[in-house]
Amino acid sequence: MVGLPTASANASVTASASLEPGAGGVVVVALRGDWRRSEALRAGAQVLGDLRAAKPAGVRVEAAGLEGWDSGLIAVLVRLRAYCADGGIPLDIAALPAGAARLLALASAVPERKAAHGAARAPLLARIGEASLARAGRLGGTVRLLGQVVLAFSAFLRGRARYRPEDLWRTVEETGARALPIVGIITLLIGLILAFIGAVQLEQFGASIYVADLVGLAMTREMAAVMTAIVLAGRTGAAFAAQLGTMQGNEEIDALETLGIPPVEFLVLPRMLALGLMMPVLYVYGCFIGLFGGFLVGTGMLHLSVAAYVDRTQASVHMDDFMIGFVKSVVFGLVVAFAGCQRGIEAGRSAAGVGLATTQAVVSAIVYIIAIDALFAVLLNVLGI
Amino acid sequence: MAVPRISVRAVTMRFGDYLVQRDIGFDVAAGSVFVIMGDSGCGKSTLLRHMVGLLEPASGEVLYDGESFTHADEDRRATMRRRFGLLFQSGALWSSMTLAENVALPLAQYTPLGRAEIAELVELKLALVGLKGFGEYYPSELSGGMRKRAGLARAMALDPDILFFDEPSAGLDPLSSRRLDDLILELRDSLGATVVVVTHELASIFAIADDSIFLDSEARTATARGDPKRLVQECPVPKVRDFLARGETASATG
Repeated sequence: MVGLPTASANASVTASASLEPGAGGVVVVALRGDWRRSEALRAGAQVLGDLRAAKPAGVRVEAAGLEGWDSGLIAVLVRLRAYCADGGIPLDIAALPAGAARLLALASAVPERKAAHGAARAPLLARIGEASLARAGRLGGTVRLLGQVVLAFSAFLRGRARYRPEDLWRTVEETGARALPIVGIITLLIGLILAFIGAVQLEQFGASIYVADLVGLAMTREMAAVMTAIVLAGRTGAAFAAQLGTMQGNEEIDALETLGIPPVEFLVLPRMLALGLMMPVLYVYGCFIGLFGGFLVGTGMLHLSVAAYVDRTQASVHMDDFMIGFVKSVVFGLVVAFAGCQRGIEAGRSAAGVGLATTQAVVSAIVYIIAIDALFAVLLNVLGI
Repeated sequence: MAVPRISVRAVTMRFGDYLVQRDIGFDVAAGSVFVIMGDSGCGKSTLLRHMVGLLEPASGEVLYDGESFTHADEDRRATMRRRFGLLFQSGALWSSMTLAENVALPLAQYTPLGRAEIAELVELKLALVGLKGFGEYYPSELSGGMRKRAGLARAMALDPDILFFDEPSAGLDPLSSRRLDDLILELRDSLGATVVVVTHELASIFAIADDSIFLDSEARTATARGDPKRLVQECPVPKVRDFLARGETASATG
């Protein structure tokens, strides 16, 4: 019965070596015992230390007492040989077991590749410069993709875009219908929260009825659009990045290109269309659910009458407010889809690359959403709407 | 007769109701190179996965040195598995780690070695497969052949005495494939390891195999067994001779 090769614990003798002076200043290293892994490496370090002190004219390795060995011994021999080569000391390893000698030869068969990796770190300024250039390069990539998207949309408007309508409808279903529950829950809670915040303050002045104004305006102008977009960034933008990233790793995107089908038309266009269509629909849905949340707090907790609350909401929320949120949500939909697709297409061809792309897709989508929302706020303020 | 290093006894492989292969049985002698060959889709890689315990046989068992692996408990299996080195078809290197980290992981998991000692062994393993100096590279920066050799370095990390190769030459040019074959033989000779190779590369089969088994995708069982150099001449099954001669025998035209 053959024991496990790693079971060195029950070996009779631990690794050791003795240094004996031989003829003509040659030091004989007699290996004894079981030279495996940590034992071997420990004993080997000792031998090398002793050799350095002995300053031999030559080294001969004897292996008569060697009972067992594994790559630990080879690692030691590699070091020993490097030491001898450095000092120009002749090394005689003829007595080694045949297998060990062959492995030693194999370990040096291919010369070390002096890799660019692990080179000394570049100075700080150089690194800052390189990072900036890389960032500028990425910006160029974004602009290029944006241009391709515009071309794809114009092809679509002329009815000449190459994509599969089934893909569009499947994405519409996946991003629209299946997002209803989560968008519903989030906007309902947002409506409730807004109403509570308003109620605490407004009740002090006996102005509880204005909760309807607060909830109505906040939901239609801001919250419904922003919250829906953030939910979809996490839900759908991330999925887009993962899908396209995996396709990139699988060479599926290359396959499309070789067939002469622009990947942007085939993959990005239907996804952006689907989100551009579905985001406003989800916005409308989210608005009503959010208003309903405010209504629950207003009638249930603040004891406002149903008629008064509805009346107040109708008086405060105008079509303009609604249109602002609606337009925003279209923009958000396109941006979330664009961020997801962009990160997916740029993803590295590995599992880690896909993970990174997914994270970046969500992060950049949320940043875009908030930045665009701020831009809208400033513009609307200037325009006085 | 000595206990064979690996015994596969009456193993039947199924995916649900779908029968892959039935009644596969063979022994692998210690220190030999055993080739599992067969036409595409016959279940070669599946058999390999059964042998290392990634899949469970529907019936039958796999023994190592006479001890049942199939019926061993999880702890015992883990110990037995440490004797295995497995090279996957595409290398299966962990893409988020450098080559050095890939090779170091099994060492860090299963040995009490310190950081410096592991680094030394990792360097040696990479040197053995001709990748010295590539420790800081990520798998995605390497060619397919280099990834395979790095996978081999990882498979050898724990000095296994049984090495499994799944399609080692798939996707390699003839020269790289030949070098990998030489490396397999060299490692077998110097480490005294037992090698099981799944392949349908004829050049490779004839270069390395001591013994082999042929799985037939239509018969759903093994139809030939023995040294492929003899099988190509003497095997009574025409399909096996055709396979080994690339269809250039008389029976192929007849």
